[in-house]
Amino acid sequence: MATATQYRVIGTRPIRPDGYGKVTGKDQYGADVILPGMLYCKVLRSPHPHAIIKAIDVSKALALPGVMAVVTGDDLPRIESSEKVSSGEETIEARFMTALCLAQDKVYFKGQPVAAVAATSLATAQEALSLIEVEYEPLPVVDDVLEAMKEDAPLLHGDLYTESLAGKGSKPSNIAGRVEHARGDVDKGMAEADVVIEREFRTQMVHQGYIEPTNSTAYVAPDGRITIWTSTQGAWDIRNQVATILQIPEGMIRVIPMEIGGGFGGKFTAYLDPVVVLLSQKTGRPVKAVMTRAEVFQATGPSSGTYIRLKIGAKRDGTLVAADAFMVYDAGAFPGSPVGGASVTGLSPYNIPNFKILGFDVVTNRPRVKAYRAPGATAIAFAVETVLDEIAERLGIDPVDLRLKNAVGPGDRMTNGVPYPSIGFRELLTAVKEHPHYNAPLEGKWVGRGFAAGFWMNGSGVSTVHLTFNTDGTVNLIEGSTDIGGTRATMAQIVAEELWLEMEEVKPMVGDTQIVGFNDGTGGSRTTYSTGVAVWKACQNAIAEFKVRAARMLEVDAEEIVFEAGDFKVKGHPDRSVNIREVIRNLRHTGGHFEAVGVSGGLKMAPAFGASLVDLAVDPETGKVEILRWTQFQDVGKAIHPSYVEGQLQGGAAQGIGWALYEEYIFRDGHMLNPTFLDYRLPTALDLPMIDTCIIEVPASDGPYGVRGVGEVSIVPPPAAIANAIYRATGVRMNELPMTSERVWRAMSQRQSRVEQEAS
Amino acid sequence: MLGKVVVRAVLNGQECEFLADPRQTLLEVLREELHLTGTKEGCGNGNCGACTVIVNGRPVNSCLMLAVQAQDAVIETVEGLARGSKLHPLQQVFLEEAALQCGICTPGFLMAAKALLDVNPDPTEAEVRHYLAGNLCRCTGYDKIVRAVLKAAQVLREESEKAAEVSA
Repeated sequence: MATATQYRVIGTRPIRPDGYGKVTGKDQYGADVILPGMLYCKVLRSPHPHAIIKAIDVSKALALPGVMAVVTGDDLPRIESSEKVSSGEETIEARFMTALCLAQDKVYFKGQPVAAVAATSLATAQEALSLIEVEYEPLPVVDDVLEAMKEDAPLLHGDLYTESLAGKGSKPSNIAGRVEHARGDVDKGMAEADVVIEREFRTQMVHQGYIEPTNSTAYVAPDGRITIWTSTQGAWDIRNQVATILQIPEGMIRVIPMEIGGGFGGKFTAYLDPVVVLLSQKTGRPVKAVMTRAEVFQATGPSSGTYIRLKIGAKRDGTLVAADAFMVYDAGAFPGSPVGGASVTGLSPYNIPNFKILGFDVVTNRPRVKAYRAPGATAIAFAVETVLDEIAERLGIDPVDLRLKNAVGPGDRMTNGVPYPSIGFRELLTAVKEHPHYNAPLEGKWVGRGFAAGFWMNGSGVSTVHLTFNTDGTVNLIEGSTDIGGTRATMAQIVAEELWLEMEEVKPMVGDTQIVGFNDGTGGSRTTYSTGVAVWKACQNAIAEFKVRAARMLEVDAEEIVFEAGDFKVKGHPDRSVNIREVIRNLRHTGGHFEAVGVSGGLKMAPAFGASLVDLAVDPETGKVEILRWTQFQDVGKAIHPSYVEGQLQGGAAQGIGWALYEEYIFRDGHMLNPTFLDYRLPTALDLPMIDTCIIEVPASDGPYGVRGVGEVSIVPPPAAIANAIYRATGVRMNELPMTSERVWRAMSQRQSRVEQEAS
Repeated sequence: MLGKVVVRAVLNGQECEFLADPRQTLLEVLREELHLTGTKEGCGNGNCGACTVIVNGRPVNSCLMLAVQAQDAVIETVEGLARGSKLHPLQQVFLEEAALQCGICTPGFLMAAKALLDVNPDPTEAEVRHYLAGNLCRCTGYDKIVRAVLKAAQVLREESEKAAEVSA
């Protein structure tokens, strides 16, 4: 499976060059920005999930000593058009982005910003919030997706019409969008099936849970030029959103991406940036805002809660013949749930001749959702992979064999009809079957082993990198991709590999929107793939120019020069050569310094398949699940830095375990009841075992080394794998996330009463 | 409201004096007044451990301690972990074992782990997991962090054995 090609640096595990700043506390994250004369911003947020703002009086707040400015929605331009802005893995209408920064006239979810203060201290800013008087007229709250879809449900937006391929709906609705994919004849397929399983599933909103709260600092110079220091996955996304919301030309805005404390899809959105820009415009001083954890939970985007109904039919030999999926994804206050991602992932790993997928994007009075690692895929995979497990059990087929029998390969089609390029799903499933974990005995009462697979398309997009050269023979690498988990190391490894340098001779850094050319954000598992291609291209461009320079040094024509193992050699004269370091040191004597640029874009899809294998024990008294053993499998194409690839698999698995067992937004009438890490429980070191990884390397169709993005797919299979293992341990099928102790215990008790009733 | 209070403490081995508003947390003073921004804030209510510092030998969530409570205390933060440019074995091993991704939780983990190894130089995996349960990491799944702490413990034990041999 691994390619025969031997690399010097690719596939090794060097220390990441940016690591020293992180273990010493010297690196600056967004909240660490401290500027001369800086003011502190706090945001007043709506206590109501749905209300009309009748009046805002800020005069008392403004009169408080130390308060320098107060802004409200009236300070933001009113955007009437349905123009959209990019926000990482999704787009959002600009007018809704405005509403996420400061409400205008109406609030749609609890925690929506209503006003913001800039003051000389944090405490003063906080105190000023209590002096702002807002008069609200509360409106009926829509707190459930299925309720929201009903004909007589209160409407959030008077001007929202259902969008679908058929066009726009004729009357306003809470159903913002409808997606549909189909193949064959589902009724006919179901009729031919020997076994048909239909189940309903519910999942709740979950948050990315990045440990660093959302933040932004801005300074507007007297000439109007804006500098923004922020933690973001996409500096260019932030620039575009700020420009659109404030109606300021992009060229006036420089976004400096600070070190970032996690994102997972959630840090593409300018929640605070336009607000601190406004406040800096008013005060002429830098203004910093950092959210509290409760604000992060309530006013940034979690991932959708869902309702899913799924029916799958199979022949006796395990051949899948039909599938029918009905999915409702909660968008929160404004349209944009990842139901589209769900519709092209859950069933796409399998060849099913007849299927129908119907998905709805529905608004409710809850926080507006955002991307979260493989957005949309985890909830539908929970449904698909547990139903497949039930089919396998019903037919007496090994669950991995059932998937192998139906697994897609290159040339097969996704549910949207797009053919797969090179993929490694079958290789991955084979690796699971052969793995010691799969074949290890597991004995005892209340223990079970579960398996599930997952798929994510992976993104590509545009990346730009610059290489410049130092007189000591070393190379500077400037990338524009936020480094969220080690990509400066990965990118430096590619340079070292291609230019035959040592890792330490490459100096990587992340540039801002004014230092480096355009970059799409760090999301969609695109960075190692797409930015990696840009780095590779920059290296090839550098080598082409180095050949010219080496030719001058060796006094031959450039056509006579070849680059081999770090040396520029004259063809046919192996004794006449010059090392690349010498070429770099002499650049100014051979024509002057230059810069090598690499730009990637339009790459083929490099999809990722993953799988989880878990052994667990269930406490019959409490329903508590204890994970005993975990192996995470993934086809990564080629692991550039295996430690950080393993890290992505382990981290995604841990997030998936949290989603499966602990994490959920608990709402009552639109109020989130658990906006702290005490009550919204992330997995701790005590909850998890070591997470073993099994890396499969099936090269991607495009790009160097066969690399695939690795960030996202690992979160997709864990909830289904755990549900399947709980079934093996207890005999109960869980169809709601999270599978808390209480839910598992209740399901076990209900099963017990059924068993006893049947017996009596 | 009271005016600012002069607090005297030993901070990363140096005697120091700073002014603190009675309502300011130790975390806020470290970060906003002393500009020691290596200590991070993740939640502000003691649930994530990103702000862990060591006070009088014990790990403390500095977001839950008022700065004025640090009067006469011995405070260690991540900035005091390395000796000049020589990293503490925990720092070195965290790098070698890739025990960090985004790095925001790393200072808190390093300080919590140091507090553990100061009192228990040879912990089991279970002891490490139990001791670090108050520190949240969202990137790594803890696997590489736990391995790094176990390995750093070994390095530290070997170092102290060597030091004992030399002095003997």
